[in-house]
Amino acid sequence: MTDTAQSAAAKSKRSSARPGTLALLLNNTLATGGLVVLAAICLIALAAPLLPLANPDVTAPVDRLLPVFSDGHLLGTDHLGRDLLSRLIWGTRVSLAVGLSATFIAAFFGSLLGLIAGYAGGRVDTLIMRGIDMVMAFPYILLALAIVAVLGPGLLNALYAIALVNIPFFARNIRGITLGLSRREFVDAARLSGKSPAQILFIEVLPNVLPVIVITMSTTVGWMILETAGLSFLGLGAQPPQADLGSMLGEGRKILFTAPHVSVIPGLMIFALVMSINLFGDGVRDVLDPRLRAGSLTRPVSRTAVERGDTPVPPPSEKGGVLDVRDMRTEFEIGGSVYKAVGGVDLNLAEGECLGIVGESGSGKSVTAMSIMGLVPTPPGRIAGGAAYLDGEDLFAVSDRRIRKLRGGAVAYVFQDPLSTLHPLFTVGEQIKEAIGTHQPLSSAEVKKRAIELLSLVRIPNAKERLSAYPHELSGGMRQRVCIAMALANDAKVLIADEPTTALDVTVQSQILTLMNGLRRERNAAILFITHDFGVVSALCDRVAVMYAGRIVETGRTGEVLARPQHPYTAKLIECVPVLGEPERRLDAIEGRPPVVNNLPDGCAFADRCQRVKPECRSGDIALVMSSEERGVRCLYPLNTEGTA
Amino acid sequence: MSVVSARQSEGDTLLGIEDVERVFGGGRKLFGGDKPAVHAVQGLTLNVRRGETLGVVGESGCGKSTLARLVVGLDLPTSGTITFDGEDLAGLAKRNRKALARKVQYVFQDPVASLNPRKTIRTILEAPLKHLSGLDARGREKRLQELLEAVNLAPEFLERYPHEFSGGQAQRIGIARALAAGPELIVLDEPVSALDVSVQAQVLNLLDALKEQFGLTYIFISHDLSVVESVSDRVAVMYFGRMAELGPAKEIFRHPLHPYTDLLMRSAPAPGRHDLLSEDAAAELPDPYNPPPGCAFAARCARKTELCHSVRPAPDEARGEGANHFAACHHPLPRA
Repeated sequence: MTDTAQSAAAKSKRSSARPGTLALLLNNTLATGGLVVLAAICLIALAAPLLPLANPDVTAPVDRLLPVFSDGHLLGTDHLGRDLLSRLIWGTRVSLAVGLSATFIAAFFGSLLGLIAGYAGGRVDTLIMRGIDMVMAFPYILLALAIVAVLGPGLLNALYAIALVNIPFFARNIRGITLGLSRREFVDAARLSGKSPAQILFIEVLPNVLPVIVITMSTTVGWMILETAGLSFLGLGAQPPQADLGSMLGEGRKILFTAPHVSVIPGLMIFALVMSINLFGDGVRDVLDPRLRAGSLTRPVSRTAVERGDTPVPPPSEKGGVLDVRDMRTEFEIGGSVYKAVGGVDLNLAEGECLGIVGESGSGKSVTAMSIMGLVPTPPGRIAGGAAYLDGEDLFAVSDRRIRKLRGGAVAYVFQDPLSTLHPLFTVGEQIKEAIGTHQPLSSAEVKKRAIELLSLVRIPNAKERLSAYPHELSGGMRQRVCIAMALANDAKVLIADEPTTALDVTVQSQILTLMNGLRRERNAAILFITHDFGVVSALCDRVAVMYAGRIVETGRTGEVLARPQHPYTAKLIECVPVLGEPERRLDAIEGRPPVVNNLPDGCAFADRCQRVKPECRSGDIALVMSSEERGVRCLYPLNTEGTA
Repeated sequence: MSVVSARQSEGDTLLGIEDVERVFGGGRKLFGGDKPAVHAVQGLTLNVRRGETLGVVGESGCGKSTLARLVVGLDLPTSGTITFDGEDLAGLAKRNRKALARKVQYVFQDPVASLNPRKTIRTILEAPLKHLSGLDARGREKRLQELLEAVNLAPEFLERYPHEFSGGQAQRIGIARALAAGPELIVLDEPVSALDVSVQAQVLNLLDALKEQFGLTYIFISHDLSVVESVSDRVAVMYFGRMAELGPAKEIFRHPLHPYTDLLMRSAPAPGRHDLLSEDAAAELPDPYNPPPGCAFAARCARKTELCHSVRPAPDEARGEGANHFAACHHPLPRA
């Protein structure tokens, strides 16, 4: 489960603090500029009948080809003496109307076809999509010409032609989205709720497709206006004397050298119109597209920002150890509120030791792991205090170059889902070789030898042949072995494993756990093992730290914490775990929910859910009291204290 | 009726699965030759008694989710029959999906993904009431309140959207939706595996209470043996689309017959347990496009013989102590 504090933070940002769609759009300067220009053009075009304009179609041969800024004709006149300003505004009106209606028609029919094809699948899909393919197989302008040729020239027929040639664009886009959506669980659920296919398609699927339709429309309108202008330019759209940007351009073309303003002015208008629509459309897409919205536009930097401010940097602890984290604080600033995902964590890891960090989703365990090497995305994350010492070197103070060298070198990560951490287009051999080659200056033969060694080290049978396998050709367990091999490629001193077995089956999980246990003994690497499962902790970890709401609430040797938990939260958490062979055991749930980390209560964060809560628990800062070198608890009234102090 | 189903059918059978197969792929290519086919479920015979909880355990790819989809009629078997209360389920699914949905419901693994992100909880919960139970507006409102109360959710949640809920709350909504139509059988497909342990316990306790309250029958699918053990009356262990072992939960976990069940049990980590069994890395599932002729587990089994590689064991090849405990194994484990 990747429900880390990060995703918890992401969840809450969607609900409350996240700015609205319009606010996001206005944040984008280019899109706002586009919107302003577009709005101005549209307003003027709409107001054309009200404006004191000359009749655009009245010819006056005497005044022909007047230059710009002539008296009574601000933009001059064309070859028939018609007022260009008036023709421009009326022409823009026509072009906009045709472009927009063509977009709506194409969007409506294209989306409808796409929805039906994607949802129905099978023969219907084949039939519709092959039809669409046939439309696409013609050069679009040829097709439009053919349609106009059959229907006869005219603005309305040009509109039909443009709408028709653009239907495939919508149909293909929408079909792809619908295909993905209709395999989703909520569609199955709707089916089981007794909804008919039509109801599912239009009530369940359509609302989820709508943003994509809007995005596609916003990026097509500009193109449609260009196409309308193109057909009119060829004389197949607007018929004289009606003004239209394309036909104006066409008429002006013949006198381009004698009176350039006649063709340049409509040309500039087309440019302004299409450019503003495209800028605005891109902005709309950025705001509505869920992938872009999820943060890829924020372009996080390659290392978490460290803003320790005036707070003194804590010195390394006297315990030493290969990794020494002191009072680390990581925060996310989202829409004005600060989420303290990690609120002062101390960790100490000796060589060859395995420390488990246990916690539920949102407890901050993954953010803790990511913060150490600066892998928390900035923005919105930042390290707000504390230090992490790797062999005495403060990782938050070293240069970017140094941290790049250490990542995958001295400190390596193993993540939860090996399928998404391995690149699908490279063989595992290439990926392991890359991991080695980045950090060690070896010849390619040596690198290959080393890669084979690594694969055998993680007990992959036929290591040599497996080098040329792609990730999808391996099972989940094998892929995770490859990830571990890559982490070990440069003799890592510290291995940070974030739920590495959660996505695996139990039999595979036990293989991986055994492997990791053996490797740390063989290679004397320290392991920081993040998990939500006390059973897994038992199998591997020497010591364990339990996290709740961004802080460690209890720590100690694994056996001791499991046998005699001192924090009521730890005790409850262990009681929740069903144990094989004890089916009669009544599962004891923890009522309530953990606090949201942007609004932590005063005192103990667990107080609201604790049955032993006393008034003192709700005030002041409760310290992690160490009863021995390794054992500590953050509780005023701990359990099981006799015999451990 | 085969021996297996005859033996199981003591008691009141609600759901009968008889020699069911589900094959994906297959058919002919354009230029001759057969397309590869995968047997997701193979020769499965299983009965579910009224009022019991049948646990189905197995690792990924063992066909347990395919089985679940077959039982609720989201998918149809390639061959074999599934009967609900004596009526053919596949026929019912084709003829009258609503009638089937009134009897059998489904709870999804990923609670948030099973709720339409653009619908309020009220719209989501009202759908089955509107389409399946034919209540009027006032009756629906009353039933909605009852449902929310049954799953311990506050009424003000009705106007919210799915993303505002935690996993545990979303799963309660999923359960309420399954209950809405008043089904007799609910298929729970890994209902707690996406949840935190503390929440998992809440949901398991809730499921227990609801079963009592509404007289439900459950098929509880999970990869987690300890969860299955704590909720099930009987347990079916599946491997590679076939039944490996079937029997009362207590007996299976106390005296497993099939070496695979034993392997699963010994691989499961538990607090305070250090002696995890681990096979060597070569242990992999057989190739689904090219299934072995004999026992599918033979390649990983310590007790295999020539017989295992050549002859597929019958589902009731080995019998346990009780009359209704059997395993598909030529060389079952002796009672410890």
